Amino acid sequence: MAEKLLEVKNLKSVYKTRFNEKITAVDDVSFDLEDGKCLGIAGESGCGKSTLAMSVMGYYYPPLFYESGIVNISGIDITKIPYNQLRKEILGKEIAYIPQAAMNALNPTQRIINLIEDVMEEHISGITKKEIRKIAEDRFETLNLPKDVLQRYPIELSGGMKQRTVIAISTILNPKILIADEPTSALDVTSQKIVIKLLKDLIKRGFIKAMVFITHELPLLYNIADDIMVMYAGEIVESGEAEEVIFDPIHPYSNGLMNSIIVPEKGIKGKKLTVIPGAPPNLKYKLEGCRFFDRCLFAKDECKISEINMKYVNNRSYRCVLQVDELKEMYEDGKKPATT
Amino acid sequence: MARNQLLLSGKDVTKIFSNKKKKTIAVDHVNFEFESGEIISIVGESGSGKTTLAKMILGLLNPSSGEIIFRGRPIELKTREKRIEYWRNVQPIFQDPFSSFNIFKKVDNVLLDCIKLLNITLKKDEKYKKIEEACNFVNLRFGEIYNKYPFELSGGQMQRLMIARVLLIRPRLVIADEPTSMIDACSRASILDALMKLRDEIGTTVVFITHDIGLAYYVSDKIFVMKEGRFVEEGFPDDVILNPTEEYTKHLISDVPKIESRWAL
Repeated sequence: MAEKLLEVKNLKSVYKTRFNEKITAVDDVSFDLEDGKCLGIAGESGCGKSTLAMSVMGYYYPPLFYESGIVNISGIDITKIPYNQLRKEILGKEIAYIPQAAMNALNPTQRIINLIEDVMEEHISGITKKEIRKIAEDRFETLNLPKDVLQRYPIELSGGMKQRTVIAISTILNPKILIADEPTSALDVTSQKIVIKLLKDLIKRGFIKAMVFITHELPLLYNIADDIMVMYAGEIVESGEAEEVIFDPIHPYSNGLMNSIIVPEKGIKGKKLTVIPGAPPNLKYKLEGCRFFDRCLFAKDECKISEINMKYVNNRSYRCVLQVDELKEMYEDGKKPATT
Repeated sequence: MARNQLLLSGKDVTKIFSNKKKKTIAVDHVNFEFESGEIISIVGESGSGKTTLAKMILGLLNPSSGEIIFRGRPIELKTREKRIEYWRNVQPIFQDPFSSFNIFKKVDNVLLDCIKLLNITLKKDEKYKKIEEACNFVNLRFGEIYNKYPFELSGGQMQRLMIARVLLIRPRLVIADEPTSMIDACSRASILDALMKLRDEIGTTVVFITHDIGLAYYVSDKIFVMKEGRFVEEGFPDDVILNPTEEYTKHLISDVPKIESRWAL
């Protein structure tokens, strides 16, 4: 079995509002990330994907607070160590993060090379500017990025180029894990593919060892991820291999998601898409039973009352009271979801 | 509204942005004919001139040369009355739902204002009934939007509300400029569904601008592929997507992630 780079156990993070309400955005999430794997996290806006990413990185800034659970990165539980140690020893070296609008992270008054100097001087003591320039140029060359970008200002670069530059900078210290939070959602499809190629290239060349990729674009996730986790209202509702989750979803929510995929392929035109009715629950209230209850087309009375735990069936897990066979049967006959 | 009649056409429409140093040709001698009761997609990558063309059709930008003809007459927006009349017939749906609403106004008031535009007198409960109908049309429950400010709604809800607004005004032409690009994939289906319902039940013509050729294929009756300010390929979706002739179209299709086969990366 491959080495476990990242281990998250029963992680719980809350937002505290000024009215002293607690909003549990990440609730009891557990997963492992193994060497060489790309884990995809899917879910709609507001389901806690980005909060999970920030919690795993230890970015606990108010109003986000740590509640309970373990995040193990290379044997260190980062929730237990002081922030300065985390910043100096873990962030950037062991784990790196690309936020959604990474292009805005570039300082408009600095050349790209100055930013790289800042990053490397902070983490490697005694490194000279000349050495930094050499490392940066080599890295840009291996990743097929033009070298003259280093001497430019962010305003001179296109959106896709900025995004690629930020990815190159954030992985310059060879972190083991890269967390990419919707790195392509602001780009058009052409630049998107170039960015995805760059990310895959980083793994292939061994600059990073594993990646967590967050997005709501399922076809994109299928193209990049080995495993997929589906999140809903702060919980993981299903996880498994990409192929299985996309083509053979178990949970009613994932089933709804997979039925809303639109791709330019034969048979898509005229296909009825499923619309999942309603909106996700408000997480500030204590929720009992299944969180998908209100929107689920297959809901029963017991869903609301009983506590729903993860069920494990050959390498896959899902959070529903019903058995796999029962769900499959429902998808196939009779109770067809409300179509568009 | 009558279908398959010529609604909007453009003759050599050109837009040049220039300053002292350089000239940028955003839209380059474009010709098009849009018929009523259709969804027409304009597809292209960022910077290909899609939005500039949309703004010219909306009358927010003047073409540098060429003319746009709406229902047999070149569009003319010199006076306030003419503008109001034109925008009664042509309505936009913008990319960013969060900035299309006035943040100080409750959203149901926005819809009430739309009814005012129609120049009909209705009692208050009749107005609300009309609004409720419009909300149901786009799959929104009236309770979801009643007495709410824009920040209390999700992007998907706001974008659907925008379509409900359009429905109340009943324009002949809707310009939807990337209406789904800021919405997550799960709510996307409901937006597309609402646009198709507009076409099928009201007979509105929709110009759907997107960079995602998959969406264009799903929703439209005709596709125009735009590159560097020109239409390089146009036709029915089945022809354009399944048997593209232009290199550029093939390239666009190959860049969209698919589920039949994975990318070789």
